[in-house]
Amino acid sequence: MSIILKNISKRFGNFSALDNINLEIPEGELVALLGPSGCGKTTLLRIIAGLERPDSGHVLLKGEDKTYHDIRDRGIGFVFQHYALFRHMTVFENIAFGMRVKPRKLRPTETQIRDKVHALLALVQLDWLYDRYPDQLSGGQRQRIALARALAVEPSVLLLDEPFGALDASVRKDLRQWLRHLHHNLNVTSIFVTHDQEEAMEVASQVVVFNHGHLEQQGTPSDIYDHPANAFVSRFIGDTNIIALESHHTDWLRSSGLDIPPQPDCLHVRPHDIDLSKATSDGAATAILKDWQHLGALIRVELAKPLPDGAEEIVYAEMPNDRFKQLALAIGDKVDLTIRQAHWFHEEIGRAPH
Amino acid sequence: MHNSSKAALQDPTWVRYGLMTLALLVIGLFLCLPLASIFFQAFAKGWQAYAEQISTPDAVSAICLTLLVSAISLPLSVVFGVSAAWAIARFDFPGKGLLTTLIDLPFSVSPVTAGLLFVLLFGAHGWFGEWLQAHDIKIIFAVPGIVFATLFITCPFVARELIPLMQEMGSEEEEAALSMGAGPWTMFWRVTLPNIKWGLLYGVVLCNARAMGEFGAVSVVSGHIAGLTNTLPLHVEATYNEYNAVGAFAAASLLTVLAVVTLVVKSYLEWQQQLNRPHN
Ligand SMILES: Nc1ncnc2c1ncn2[C@@H]1O[C@H](COP(=O)(O)OP(=O)(O)OP(=O)(O)O)[C@@H](O)[C@H]1O
Ligand SMILES: [Mg+2]
Repeated sequence: MSIILKNISKRFGNFSALDNINLEIPEGELVALLGPSGCGKTTLLRIIAGLERPDSGHVLLKGEDKTYHDIRDRGIGFVFQHYALFRHMTVFENIAFGMRVKPRKLRPTETQIRDKVHALLALVQLDWLYDRYPDQLSGGQRQRIALARALAVEPSVLLLDEPFGALDASVRKDLRQWLRHLHHNLNVTSIFVTHDQEEAMEVASQVVVFNHGHLEQQGTPSDIYDHPANAFVSRFIGDTNIIALESHHTDWLRSSGLDIPPQPDCLHVRPHDIDLSKATSDGAATAILKDWQHLGALIRVELAKPLPDGAEEIVYAEMPNDRFKQLALAIGDKVDLTIRQAHWFHEEIGRAPH
Repeated sequence: MHNSSKAALQDPTWVRYGLMTLALLVIGLFLCLPLASIFFQAFAKGWQAYAEQISTPDAVSAICLTLLVSAISLPLSVVFGVSAAWAIARFDFPGKGLLTTLIDLPFSVSPVTAGLLFVLLFGAHGWFGEWLQAHDIKIIFAVPGIVFATLFITCPFVARELIPLMQEMGSEEEEAALSMGAGPWTMFWRVTLPNIKWGLLYGVVLCNARAMGEFGAVSVVSGHIAGLTNTLPLHVEATYNEYNAVGAFAAASLLTVLAVVTLVVKSYLEWQQQLNRPHN
C-alpha cells in the first residue's frame, strides 16, 4: 500500500512537532525515518497509524484519504518502541490476539489460528517460545514476537518505531539483516524509525531525514550520502570534515584540487575523499600528520593544516589499511592533501530550533 | 569494617527490646484486647443468646440494609473509579488537576459534614426539598439518602487505586490492541482489565469495608428508624443505647469479622499485585 502525506502539521501546545510534511512512499518500499532525538519521528509514525490526529494535512493510504479514520480501518501493523506485548498473555495468545478479535464472520477457526501463529513463530524463528510470558523473554525475542504479532493481521503497511533501539549492538546487527530479508520476502510497505544513520543506510531502500519537525531530504541511501541536500543532512549522515570558509584561508583548498565557487559559507569533506602523499617540500596544501587510529579496515589520520594567520585547521582523512602502510608515514611527517570531492552549503549547520 | 559500620547502626539491646515491647503493648491494649472483648461480650450469655440477638427482626433488617447499600454503591463506585482513572490517566484536558484533587475530597471532609450536605440538598427544607415532596420522593431518612451518603464516602477508593496504576502502565498495550483491530470494548475487557484487575479488586475490597462500616454520614441522613433505615453500624449504636450489650456486641462482631476478612483479602491482593508488577 502506498503512503502519501500532504502538508502534515502537528503542534503540542506552542511546540511545533511537525511542520508541513510532504512525503510519498511507493508500495513495497522499506523506508527509514531518520533524525535526531525529539525531531518528530514517532509523532509522524503515530499520525500515519492513526494513533494521533494531525492539526492539518492529509494521510492517504493507497490513494484514499484516511486522515480521520480509526487505526482499525487502516490496515496497519504497528511495532512499538517498547514492544507493548500484552504482559498477561502468553506469546501464543499475543500473536493470536489480532485474529481472535476479528468480527465473528471473519474470525478464523481455532485450528487456523493455531497454524497461523506457529507459521509466524517459525518466521521469526522462535517457535519454541510459544508458551512463555513476555517477561520471560530477552529483549531481542520480545522484539521479534512484537513483529510477529503485528504481522498476524496481515497489514498492508508495517510501522516500526525504533525496532532495535533497546538492544545491544551485536543483536541489532543480526536483526537488521533479518528485517531486510523479511521485508524482501513479505514485500509489505514498511517504515521504520531510527536515529542511527548507519542502521538507516544499511537496512532501508529509502531514507527520509528529519530535523526539528522538518523533512530535510528523502532519497535512496546513496543519494543521501552522495548528494546531501543541506549541511544538516551532510553532517548527520556519515562522518564529515566541516570547514568554515573565510576567503583568506581557502587558498590551500584550491591547491588541494578543489574548485570552489565564490559564494558558500561552509564546506563539507568526507574523510575518505581526502588522499595523502608524502610531501617533499612545503606546498600550499601541506599538512602535518598529528595522529592516527586503527578503525579495523580503515585508518583514520588526524592532520593539522597550518593557516597563514598562525592558527591551524584540523582535518580527518580515512584510507584503507594497506594504502596507509604503503605511504609509510609517521607522526610529525608532512603530507600533501588531495581532496577528491566536497560539498558546499550556504547556510550554517542545520536549522535553528524555533 | 563491615562489622563496625553495622554496629554503628545497632542501637543498644535495651532500646530495641524497649521499643518492641512498647509497640506490642500498644497493639495488644488498643487493638487485640478490644477486639477480643467484642467477642467475649457477644458470647457472654452463650451461643443461644448470640444467635437470638443477630436474628431479631431489627438486626436482620440492619444486615439486609447494609448488604443492599453496599451492593448498590459498590458497582457505582467501580464505574466511577474506572472512568475517572481512565480520564485522568489517558487524556489531557483542562481541569484535570482539579479533578484529581476533588476525587480526594471525601477523604478530607468529615463524614458528618458530608451527611449534612445531603440533608441540605434533599432534606425537607433543603434546596430540592419542596420539589421532592411535591413528587413524593423520599431521599433523606430513607434508603436513597443512605446510598448517596455511602457513595460520597466510598467513591475515591477505586479511583485512587487505579490512577497511579494506569499511569505507570501507559497506553501502549491498549494502542497495540487497537492497531490489531480490537474495538474499544474488546480492548478494555481483554487488555486493560486484566492489567488492572488486582488493583481494582483491592480498591473494591477497601470500598466495601468502608461502605458497610460507614457510620457518620449515614447516621445523619438515615433518621435511625429501627427496622427500616438502620444499617449495621447504626444498629450497634441503637442496641447499645438500649443497654442491650449482647445485642450490640453481637452486631459488632459481624462487622469485626468483616474487618478481619477484609484484612486477609487485602493482604492477598497486595501480594498478587507485587507478583504481577511489570518487571524491568
Ligand atoms: N504528547 C505530547 N505532548 C507534548 N509534547 C510532545 C508530545 N509528544 C511528543 N512531544 C514533543 O514532540 C517532539 C517530537 O516528539 P517525538 O516523540 O515524535 O520525537 P522522536 O523523533 O520520536 O524522538 P526519539 O528519537 O527520542 O524517540 C518532542 O520534542 C516531544 O517533546
Ligand atoms: Mg520516538
